[in-house]
Amino acid sequence: MTEAEALKEYLLRLADSDMILGQRLCELCGKAPALEEEMALMNVALDLVGQARNWYEYAAELIDDGRDADKLAFRRDAHNYRNLLLTEQPNEGYAVTMGRQFFFDVWHYFTLKSLAGSSDERIAGIAAKALKEATYHLRRSSEWVKRLGDGTDESHQHMQDAVDILWRFTGELITPDDTDRVMAEAGIGPDPDQLAKDWRGMVNEVLTQATLTPGAEDAWMYMGGKHGEHTEHLGFILAEMQFLQRAYPDATTW
Amino acid sequence: MYAQLVETGAKRLKTLEEMSPEEREFQEKVDAETKIEPKNWMPEGYRKTLVRQISQHAHSEVVGMLPEGNWVTRAPTLKRKLQLMAKIQDEAGHGLYLYSAMETLGADRDEEIEKLHQGKAKYSSIFNYPTLNWADMGAVGWLVDGAAIVNQVVLQRTSYGPYSRAMVRICKEESFHQRQGYQILLDMMREGTEEQKAMVQDAINRLWWPALMMFGPHDDESPNSQQSLAWKIKRKSNDELRQMFIDQTIPQLEFLGCTAPDPDLKWNEETGHYDFGEINWQEFYDVLNGNGPCNRERINTRKKAIDEGAWVREAAVAYAKKQKQRAQEAA
Repeated sequence: MTEAEALKEYLLRLADSDMILGQRLCELCGKAPALEEEMALMNVALDLVGQARNWYEYAAELIDDGRDADKLAFRRDAHNYRNLLLTEQPNEGYAVTMGRQFFFDVWHYFTLKSLAGSSDERIAGIAAKALKEATYHLRRSSEWVKRLGDGTDESHQHMQDAVDILWRFTGELITPDDTDRVMAEAGIGPDPDQLAKDWRGMVNEVLTQATLTPGAEDAWMYMGGKHGEHTEHLGFILAEMQFLQRAYPDATTW
Repeated sequence: MYAQLVETGAKRLKTLEEMSPEEREFQEKVDAETKIEPKNWMPEGYRKTLVRQISQHAHSEVVGMLPEGNWVTRAPTLKRKLQLMAKIQDEAGHGLYLYSAMETLGADRDEEIEKLHQGKAKYSSIFNYPTLNWADMGAVGWLVDGAAIVNQVVLQRTSYGPYSRAMVRICKEESFHQRQGYQILLDMMREGTEEQKAMVQDAINRLWWPALMMFGPHDDESPNSQQSLAWKIKRKSNDELRQMFIDQTIPQLEFLGCTAPDPDLKWNEETGHYDFGEINWQEFYDVLNGNGPCNRERINTRKKAIDEGAWVREAAVAYAKKQKQRAQEAA
């Protein structure tokens, strides 16, 4: 794999994960447990979709086949999507929503922190701005994991269940493949070993504070999102998200 | 906006002579356009009316997120999706801001929300209509936020300080939403396909009359309106506001190249206003009394969110308590 090929692939991964998690959060509109949460969830979603747009725009320039950011977001099918499987998992209660967010935010924070010093200036610029947002996201989701984990007996049980349900999707965040390695070697992407270490460190720290038990490090992990092999959820997410672009392919302006 | 029918408890207006010294002082202050602040004395009827009006307004902001939430997952482009998300976020913010203004009157947010969920409190009837195609997101911004602005611009001068200040801030954001909404429609009409243009006209056909209903019933002889006007909680009558809205909206409608579903709509050279047909008041009261297309769904969604979120809020309270205890023990 050439560096140029890996870069395009890598940008799509960043974009798609932001986009799909943002979409999942949009589904919660009007359904949050408190009005303050309503605002915060939409705020995080807005950041993520905004970041996705920046990554898509850069990816579209490099791919250079006539597709723009919207075409990349709304006209690719599931097998061409490169998001982490974690991001497509459904909103099954607030503990799962917050657990998903927390595992993602830790990965996102350390990834962006590294990308802010990327040898690719365009990436560094986008990441530096996104890092500010991700720092807030992480602070917020960490707090919620602690509140729910160390709140009431009921909330502890919900939060522990969420950790158990989601754990199998976390391996993909910190298991590098060729693309990740090529990006790291080029000084564009983060060092995979460091990323894994940082992720584990912070997740363990927060879960411990939250009186929660993490999954085993050698647990079986469900992977494939980065290569386009997804869970059954993604097809439905895209069917909804891409509906207008698919139903009205002749429309050029919206 | 979004307060269509607010009970004042008044059967008729009191004259200055009939008022107690406190009431008279209060009324004179209102007449002199001095803002009433939370710590000032106020008649109980004034306080209750404001709580009703501001809570209706806050509920409307929150319930109003739902018809947009219906399309935020299906917005057609990144730009439109981001715009709609930002608008929804603003609305949650308006809700919070308004509930805070309401709490300065001694009302409790949770109690007022409970009344909403029990069907005892109202919110704007417009949000009980479904959003059926993408152009509805444009039409809601243009017509619904537009109607809200007409009311709210006037409410910036409302007599209660915290409410007035909330209106100043909210108006700024809603003007922005309105322009965005109109732009959605304009882009589709100018550069869209025939199918997209049909969506725009369809959205206008469905939302036109409900938007006019947002201003509430005719207020000739309504004691509620007269009392609210005397207290300067309201500043203009429902019919005046409705006329203002129509007069400013028709040129925009024509510029779009669309029509309103009202055969009686025409410019009146003599009055300098547009004449328009009679609103279907039966439908208005039906929707207000719970029998609109989406009343059940809207309230059920809100109730479910709050009910199912109870354990989350309890956890937050329990955790805060534990943290406080730990801090005390450590000190």
